Amino acid sequence: MRYRFSTGLRHSDVTPASVFHARRRFLAGIGAGVGAGVLGLPGAGRAAPDITRLKPNTYEEITTYNNYYEFGTGKEDPAENAGAMQTDPWTVEIGGLVERPGAYGMDDILKGAPIEDRIYRFRCVEAWSMVIPWNGFQLSHLLDRVGVQPGAKYVAFETAVLPDVMPGVKRNVLEWPYREGLRLDEAMNPLTLLATGIYDKPIPNQNGAPLRLVVPWKYGFKSIKSIVRITLTDSQPQTSWNMSNPGEYGFYSNVNPEVDHPRWSQATERRIGGGFFAKREETQMFNGYGEEVADLYAGMDLKKFY
Amino acid sequence: MSGLADGINRTARRIPVWPLYILGVVPALAEYALGLTGRLGVDPVKAIEQQLGLYALQLLIAGLAITPLRRYFGINLLRFRRAIGLLAFFYVCAHLATWLVLDIQLLWGQIWRDILKRPYITIGMAAFAMMIPLAVTSNNRVLKRMGAAAWRRLHRLTYLVALLGSVHFVMLVKGWQLEPLIYMAIIAALLLLRLDFRRMPLARGA
Repeated sequence: MRYRFSTGLRHSDVTPASVFHARRRFLAGIGAGVGAGVLGLPGAGRAAPDITRLKPNTYEEITTYNNYYEFGTGKEDPAENAGAMQTDPWTVEIGGLVERPGAYGMDDILKGAPIEDRIYRFRCVEAWSMVIPWNGFQLSHLLDRVGVQPGAKYVAFETAVLPDVMPGVKRNVLEWPYREGLRLDEAMNPLTLLATGIYDKPIPNQNGAPLRLVVPWKYGFKSIKSIVRITLTDSQPQTSWNMSNPGEYGFYSNVNPEVDHPRWSQATERRIGGGFFAKREETQMFNGYGEEVADLYAGMDLKKFY
Repeated sequence: MSGLADGINRTARRIPVWPLYILGVVPALAEYALGLTGRLGVDPVKAIEQQLGLYALQLLIAGLAITPLRRYFGINLLRFRRAIGLLAFFYVCAHLATWLVLDIQLLWGQIWRDILKRPYITIGMAAFAMMIPLAVTSNNRVLKRMGAAAWRRLHRLTYLVALLGSVHFVMLVKGWQLEPLIYMAIIAALLLLRLDFRRMPLARGA
């Protein structure tokens, strides 16, 4: 059964004017054909978005409230513990079904990478959300550079395991390293970002320095942090939360208010930073990015492939 | 028994019980004060909700520890147990109210679905419901009317309440985290101490 999706939500709803204009310049650069569809440019005559309500979270909120279990399971643990992680130099092992496998240093990865501002909603499976102004480049850019072989169907990612600086990996809350994966078409989608910064600052360790994935239409745990390995595969890779609890966390984990998680209703969410009496908001299908990504799942039963 | 136990018992006898009810609610008020003044991080509602639940579990553990303390160490704190139990109920109520009002915000449709469909919430609500008769009967008048034996039998529900409380905690976190498992282990141990005892001849009550 096809899902039905109709919200008035546009990407510009979360974009302050200054950034919006910066994006217009960027769009002019890449050509409007893909860009307008992807970024959901508002049509002429649209009412001005309610910028006050949907303004990005503060830098402090984004960098002190993190799930990064390698540094502890408390929300403040990563901010407290992640400082000792060395992210320079950093190497990402890119392999599997690629034309040019190898150990890529960060300098190399960033060479010529078209870094942009992307303000995305971020929805955690725990039913809280933020709006985050990332800096980063499309994963597709990197994959194009290393050359995806025709047989590749999936992309697998791994987070660093650094027992000397990661107190959390001493306990088996999850099986380390943290693993995530995307279908190749999801990975190539223009929304899928490799983030290197937040608010134009280098991405802090607790948010996944120096390189993390951002997949805004999926629950936050899919957006794997501090990536050290990217592998192109022909079969669906294992993902950490699915390994830990397959009944609760599927491979796809698209934000979907109609498919309940056994422990958290996904119908509504609490925006972090709204203070004591912030009203819960309704969760949007695909976190509001249906226009950009719904086609990826045409014909799929999203209750089965959750 | 030992001199230490005697000393504790002597001191405990001199401490009045009533200030416990006043002091006992201070941490809850403090938690709200911290949250309202922005000192509980960027998600004060969750922080308060979790801390109140944690206090409730700690009080349940304290209540369950009274009997073993007396039995194995000769330390008699029995006169504080009612206050501890009622405070545990107070914290469970505050925890629940925080969830209902500030977290899920009285969205009754979602609340009802959560209670029915999410096992950890179902279990938490069951534990809360079981505490109501315990709280209502925690006064001398009802105790006299019920008779000591019936009252004791009813209040064995506490064992189930504490166990369910710890299961609620274990289930609501993601993955197998250590802290909730420690709570569960302590509660299980406190219950096992009783189980063994009752099997013995000449058991001295619950």
